[in-house]
Amino acid sequence: MTDFWSGYAWPFAIIVAQIMAIVVPLLVAVAYLTYAERKVIAAIQLRKGPNVVGPFGLLQPFADGLKLLFKETILPAGANRIVFLAAPILTFALAMVAWAVIPVAEGWVIADINVGILFLFAISSLGVYGVIMAGWASNSKYPFLGALRSAAQMVSYEVSMGFVIITVLLCVGSLRLTDIVLAQQTVWFAIPLLPMFVIFFVSVLAETNRAPFDLPEGESELVAGYFVEYSAMSFALFFLGEYANMILMSAITTILFLGGWLPPLDIVPFNWLPGIVWFALKVALVLFCFLWVRATFPRYRYDQLMRLGWKVFLPFTLVWVVLTAGVLVTFDWLPQ
Amino acid sequence: MAFVDRTVRSLFLTELLSGMWLTLRYFFRPKVTLNYPHEKGALSPRFRGEHVLRRYPSGEERCIACKLCEAICPAQAITIEAEPRADGSRRTTRYDIDMTKCIYCGYCQESCPVDAIVQGPNFEFAAETRAELFYNKEKLLDNGDRWEYEIALNIAKDAPYR
Repeated sequence: MTDFWSGYAWPFAIIVAQIMAIVVPLLVAVAYLTYAERKVIAAIQLRKGPNVVGPFGLLQPFADGLKLLFKETILPAGANRIVFLAAPILTFALAMVAWAVIPVAEGWVIADINVGILFLFAISSLGVYGVIMAGWASNSKYPFLGALRSAAQMVSYEVSMGFVIITVLLCVGSLRLTDIVLAQQTVWFAIPLLPMFVIFFVSVLAETNRAPFDLPEGESELVAGYFVEYSAMSFALFFLGEYANMILMSAITTILFLGGWLPPLDIVPFNWLPGIVWFALKVALVLFCFLWVRATFPRYRYDQLMRLGWKVFLPFTLVWVVLTAGVLVTFDWLPQ
Repeated sequence: MAFVDRTVRSLFLTELLSGMWLTLRYFFRPKVTLNYPHEKGALSPRFRGEHVLRRYPSGEERCIACKLCEAICPAQAITIEAEPRADGSRRTTRYDIDMTKCIYCGYCQESCPVDAIVQGPNFEFAAETRAELFYNKEKLLDNGDRWEYEIALNIAKDAPYR
């Protein structure tokens, strides 16, 4: 019996606690990201945004969540039931799973695997399956078109994202996310690799289907894109997954380019704050840029989107990979 | 040279960044939202809201049943019936406005020779049923008593421009 407790039950309880420690703050963050989005866009449009439900409208996301929870989940008659229901679950689960390898502070990570960045890249690529499944299973025109667009877009931008990640990895010499952060102790990679940082940020916008690359949703032509037919909790799962993906991508940007949990300068007033606070602040900054961009730019046309991905970013990043490698070898700066 | 200029501008994203700088400045500007039920915007003295039938200070109703408003109403929302009162003066026995037909053009108050029918400053008279929006003479006179102060003020303010 002691064997059962120490061998199975206790480790299991620890794993569940760890999952909760990640998922619960993440869901709260997602809720408040929707609130922040409405507030930021409202502010830029000289409005006030939600301010009625609770103080400063702070309970608005929970009101929205409750509304969705109590609505009816509608299954379209022509839909493939299993795939239709599996799609939002997949999207949401993938957005959560990736957090297992994200180091939010020194040693604060569930699975510190030494190919962390590959794991993240794989998981974020899988996200496209949720979208395709939703679009196909809905058995309806707009979701299908939205899903096709989304799939093409995500695949296109992943290529240049891959090259950007390679330039970072060249400078680090390790695939472990913790090592990537620690390699930025002297200078954040956003400074020496500024062009790559910008390209990565833009690719992330495209990868998460955010404005100005939100063609898969394209309210004006596709109604809402691949989740037209979804309602209530199945819709909420897509919504949560999408916003959790935004936070995840911001976290990846932070780790790759903004020095993760490291303070901007390792001197007294900055290193008083614990690493997790710096990490959260940086993620929030990147997320603010997401919302800021959305409030600023109009949507790309589809051919422009593809041109940017394949004819601008891909050659540019490819050249930059060679350039970075060349500089590193020439000056003998290769990480040991 | 134009080619270099264009290339440099697109490469350094100057146009995108200037756009973002603009929106960032807007982000910190004072907001124009009115918290409607708690805060309300200013109304012009000429604002054409809910109709009222006014009275003279003596309490006598102004309307003389000339039916000009009924005649001019483009939506035909006004219905008037009239007959001489016991003291011989001509008064309405029925004065109905169908508020669901009314288009708030203000012709009725323009046509009125005695400033009896006036569109007041009240615009918050939404009702839950249709029937509540079929106003009769009693309702209109009641509105007149309720809004007389504001309406008199508005008419006085607008008088110099008439």
